[in-house]
Amino acid sequence: MIPCPFVIKRVRWETEDTFTVELTPREGRSKFDFLPGQFNMIYLYGVGEVPISICGDPSDSVLVHTTRAVGTVTKAMAKLGRGDSVGIRGPFGTSWPVAEARGKDVVFVAGGIGLPPLRPALYEILAHRENYGKVVLLYGTRTPSDIVFKDELEQWRARFDLEVFITVDRATEGWRGNVGVVTTLIHKAGFDAHNTIAMIVGPEVMMRFTTIEFLKRGVSPDSIYLSMERNMKCGIGLCGHCQFGPLFICKDGPVFRYPQLKDLLVKWEI
Amino acid sequence: MYRIEPDALNELIQVLQKEQYAVIGPTLRGEAIVLDTISSASELPVGKTDEQAPAHYRVEDKAEKTFFGASVGPHSWKRYFFPPTLKMFSARKDGESFEVTEDIDNPESTKRYALLGVRACDLSAIQVQDKVFGGGAYRDPAYLRLRQQAFIVAVNCTRAGGTCFCSSLRTGPRARVGFDLALTEVVDQGHFLLVEVGTDKGEAVLSGVQRQPAKDEEVEGAEHAIRAAAQLTGRSLEPDQTREILYSNAEHPRWEVVGKRCLSCANCTMVCPTCFCTTVEDVTDLTGSNAERVRKWDSCFTLDFSYIHGGSVRASSRARYRHWITHKLASWVDQFGTTGCVGCGRCITWCPVGIDITEEFRVIRETYLMNTRGKSST
Amino acid sequence: METLERILAQHQFFKDLSPEYLTLVTGCASNVRFEQDQYIFRVGDEANQFYLIREGRIALQLFSPDRGQITVETLGEGDILGWSWLIPPYFYVFDAKILDVTRAIALDGKCLRRKCEEDHTFGYELLKRFSSLLEHRLETTRLQLLDLYGVRS
Repeated sequence: MIPCPFVIKRVRWETEDTFTVELTPREGRSKFDFLPGQFNMIYLYGVGEVPISICGDPSDSVLVHTTRAVGTVTKAMAKLGRGDSVGIRGPFGTSWPVAEARGKDVVFVAGGIGLPPLRPALYEILAHRENYGKVVLLYGTRTPSDIVFKDELEQWRARFDLEVFITVDRATEGWRGNVGVVTTLIHKAGFDAHNTIAMIVGPEVMMRFTTIEFLKRGVSPDSIYLSMERNMKCGIGLCGHCQFGPLFICKDGPVFRYPQLKDLLVKWEI
Repeated sequence: MYRIEPDALNELIQVLQKEQYAVIGPTLRGEAIVLDTISSASELPVGKTDEQAPAHYRVEDKAEKTFFGASVGPHSWKRYFFPPTLKMFSARKDGESFEVTEDIDNPESTKRYALLGVRACDLSAIQVQDKVFGGGAYRDPAYLRLRQQAFIVAVNCTRAGGTCFCSSLRTGPRARVGFDLALTEVVDQGHFLLVEVGTDKGEAVLSGVQRQPAKDEEVEGAEHAIRAAAQLTGRSLEPDQTREILYSNAEHPRWEVVGKRCLSCANCTMVCPTCFCTTVEDVTDLTGSNAERVRKWDSCFTLDFSYIHGGSVRASSRARYRHWITHKLASWVDQFGTTGCVGCGRCITWCPVGIDITEEFRVIRETYLMNTRGKSST
Repeated sequence: METLERILAQHQFFKDLSPEYLTLVTGCASNVRFEQDQYIFRVGDEANQFYLIREGRIALQLFSPDRGQITVETLGEGDILGWSWLIPPYFYVFDAKILDVTRAIALDGKCLRRKCEEDHTFGYELLKRFSSLLEHRLETTRLQLLDLYGVRS
């Protein structure tokens, strides 16, 4: 599989180190079809590839990716602007249980840079809002200046059919919002534990403790979904890098039901 | 079953060359028997055998002028279908954009290979890799093309190697499926080779070689030798319940022991006929107007194999050894339906500190059996 | 008083407390209300109360000369505020500032302390519940300390 050139329409900086790119295909298909939760391998000419979750609206024609500039490829990508090209291979991987969640309450828990991978699922659920029960977004970041999608969060908070709770680990002076880890927001969410789907993305430790909180409240393990990350080179299950126990994160995941991961998450260096 | 005389082996090589195959066979290079292009039977390791043990490999002379008297060497046949380096695509800068082209007619991925001398274990390894590269949702087109174009001449072992253990894994010493022709070299009733035909392609090639039907006692003699090789195998690895055994022993104290010995040198993964991990390298030329992506063999023993977010998930050599053996014997079953180990013994011979996969697994297995026996007796 | 008892009985913290002990607790309880930006208590104040938050939000804060007023945690509906009343020398170690108008039930710590000394079984019941609360706070504080979202350099 070779990368397909896409052109950058727009770049927007969310925080000091996190940015969003909006892409359109250079030629060929008009719309990039994907399922919420899937990722692309993004190719930077002559530099390399990096796996990044697709974080735009599935019904939109523009392809959106949000990432932190931390490694060689993402740092090179951060230097690009409107009109520049990147290569796209994908979409790859498993998706969020948007259909399975119909008729149930839905709780999204995002930690840090975990909000972008959840956003497409939130869009899709909001587009068919009448099919779902209570919908709640719990979002925790490091500090107030690390909050991404600020404008959108404000719009979502203004809705009556969506509850949004935000917290930070570390407050800056003048912050009047919640302070504390994101697990402390769960008891505010007011969902029906026996009829809820939980979708969690964030650092592994955060996902583990968040899962424990849901289990404590009586949510069934089968109703809890996590998105995992590992080193990837091919994205298609052939290079071996993304293995987590017997699971290939790129093709058996990145979205998993908790029972698939239960025994692996507690093992060290696995 | 046919019988051919030693001279006919050269005829076979010539027929294959006429059919545009690059014939690859074992050959002596310096002090090891490796795999390389050969143009005549005299380039095979005639009259040579080997002495293999953990961290030990020596080529020795033997009395009989056999062609296939040694066991497997450091090379495995995977390098021919799954090359150590392979160009994936070229990219050319074009203003603010770029063009990507796949190199479909790259000689690396279009060669016709005739593999001469594939042991049963290595034949099993090829079948294992067939599942890896051809059995999933995404397949490796280069592997499949090279594989489909290849001609395979297997060789049945009549001598147990120093470190191999195919019989317990049921991957040998007899080649059962997956070959075009299978040879058994016989030296105790004169010197000749028995040939079993596996496919029509094999029959067609063999028809260009001087042969006669084999006598019953010749076949019986060869079978006897193959069986003896199985019985004289020094090691064993029980393939049952590898998943239960390894998955439940992630914190076994043995990992600490082997972790201290392991140098993370990656030799085992390089010589293993089924290891398939790769990495990619993106390079540009000096002008920056041309770029390429090259796929290369990689090893889970390298420190940055599992690098993510500023650190490696498997930072200790203990964790990396545990990952390798667990993948090879257990996770592989979940992923591809069989174990990844075929009992060729290479990892034992070529480990500089002589770590023995059968020994490491035995220790873990014994703990597992002790624990489960204890449970069922209450 | 009767309504207070029902509210306390329904709270997670007092679940499974025997009716006689519940009455004991209610005897030390009262309704309170705080306005925005008011301080419920400050560092160094004598710790004689703890609070069941019924509505509103509170920030636990510390002052540091170089960083100003820092919020270490926020509490809200359903949370318990204050445990210094239970542990000598009974002084508050944080400031508690009202972020959103708060209605709470205040419990007289001095009064309850005395009752715990008189009736050790009652004391054990309260301590069991408070250790669970402290354990939870310790866990969440440790997660905060891990700085999980920070970038490794």
